[in-house]
Amino acid sequence: MSLLDYFKSSKPSSAAIAKERLQILVAHERASRNQPSYLPQLKKELLEVIQKYFKVSEETIMVSLEQDDERETLELNITLPDEEHFKHLQPKPLRSRR
Amino acid sequence: MARIIVVTSGKGGVGKTTTSAAVAMGLAKRGFKTAVIDFDVGLRNLDLILGCERRVVYDFVNVINQEATLNQALIRDKRCSDLYILPASQTRDKDALTQEGVATVLEELSREFKYIICDSPAGIERGAHLAMYFADDAFIVTNPEVSSVRDSDRMLGILSSKSRRAEIGEEPIHEFLLLSRYSPERVKSGEMLSVNDVQEILSVPLLGVIPESKSVLNASNSGNPVILDEQSDAGQAYQDIVARYLGENRPQRFIEVEKKGLFGKLFRGK
Repeated sequence: MSLLDYFKSSKPSSAAIAKERLQILVAHERASRNQPSYLPQLKKELLEVIQKYFKVSEETIMVSLEQDDERETLELNITLPDEEHFKHLQPKPLRSRR
Repeated sequence: MARIIVVTSGKGGVGKTTTSAAVAMGLAKRGFKTAVIDFDVGLRNLDLILGCERRVVYDFVNVINQEATLNQALIRDKRCSDLYILPASQTRDKDALTQEGVATVLEELSREFKYIICDSPAGIERGAHLAMYFADDAFIVTNPEVSSVRDSDRMLGILSSKSRRAEIGEEPIHEFLLLSRYSPERVKSGEMLSVNDVQEILSVPLLGVIPESKSVLNASNSGNPVILDEQSDAGQAYQDIVARYLGENRPQRFIEVEKKGLFGKLFRGK
C-alpha cells in the first residue's frame, strides 16, 4: 500500500490541479470584482511609463484601490529589478569574468 | 408573504431547470403552495421538464404586457394541485422582461403563494439578472468542474452586489450550494473536484449533493420531475435538499463511494 501511495503521489491528480488553478483564479477575480473599470487601463499605462526607465514585467507592478468610509487609497507597488537592470539603456556590461 | 428562491449558476447545462422543477414539486408535495417561473425567454424548457408543454397558452411576457392575467397564464400541475407553472415566452426576445413588470408579477404571486421559484437562464444577462434580483434565497447549482465553479463564483459576486437586497442595504440573499452530477468514484480516483474542494473555493453552505444519475434523463424524457422518482438516487437527493431547506436535519448522502455487496458487483457491474 505504501509503495502504491509513493507512486501515486509522484504526480498530482487532475482534481488537485483543478483545485489549485481555481483557488488562484477565484482569488484574483474576487479582488478585481469591485474595482473601477479604468483600473486595468491605468495599470497598463503606468507599466508603459515605468518600462521606459526600468526593465520590469507586468507581474512586478501591483495596483489596488482600497475603499473605506472616509477615503479611497490608490496603492501602487512596483518591485524594481536588480541593479544591473538599471543600466539597460546603456551598453550591457560584460557578465563573464576571466 | 412568499419566499422567493432563485435557481442560478452562471454556466448552462448544470441542472438549473432540473433543480427548479424538482424543488418546486418537492415543496408543493409538502403542501406549500408553490409557483415556478421560467425566466429563460426565447429558450423555455421548464414546461417540458414538468410535462406541461402542451398546456401553455399564455406566458410570463403576456402577463407583463397585460395581454393576459396571471391566472390565465399559470398552469396548475396535474400531479400536485399546489404547484403552478408560469412558462417563459418562446417567441419574444429577452428584452421583453422589464424590472417593473417582473416586480408586479412577483408581488401578485406573493399574495397567494408560499414559495416562488425563479428558474434563471444561463449567463449574466437580463433574464438571469431579473431572476435573481428580487430573491430572498439563492440555490447555486454547480458541477464539480472548473468552468462551472468559476461561473458560480462570478454569480455569487453578482448576488451580493446587484440584487435588490444589496441595493437597498437589506440582509443579503441566503446562498445555498447544490453540487450536481457528482461522482464519488471519480472523486476517489482524483479525477473530480470533491464536495469539500468546491465548498472551500466558493465558501457557500452546502444544501445537498446530487449524484450523476441515469434517472435525471429518464425523468426529463417523460416530463416527470426527478423528485417523483422516489427509488432513484437523484430523486432522493432532491427530497433531502427540500427537507434541509425547510430546516430538517438530514445527513449528507451520495458523497462516499457506495459499498456494493458481491451480488451488486456481479449484477450491476461498475
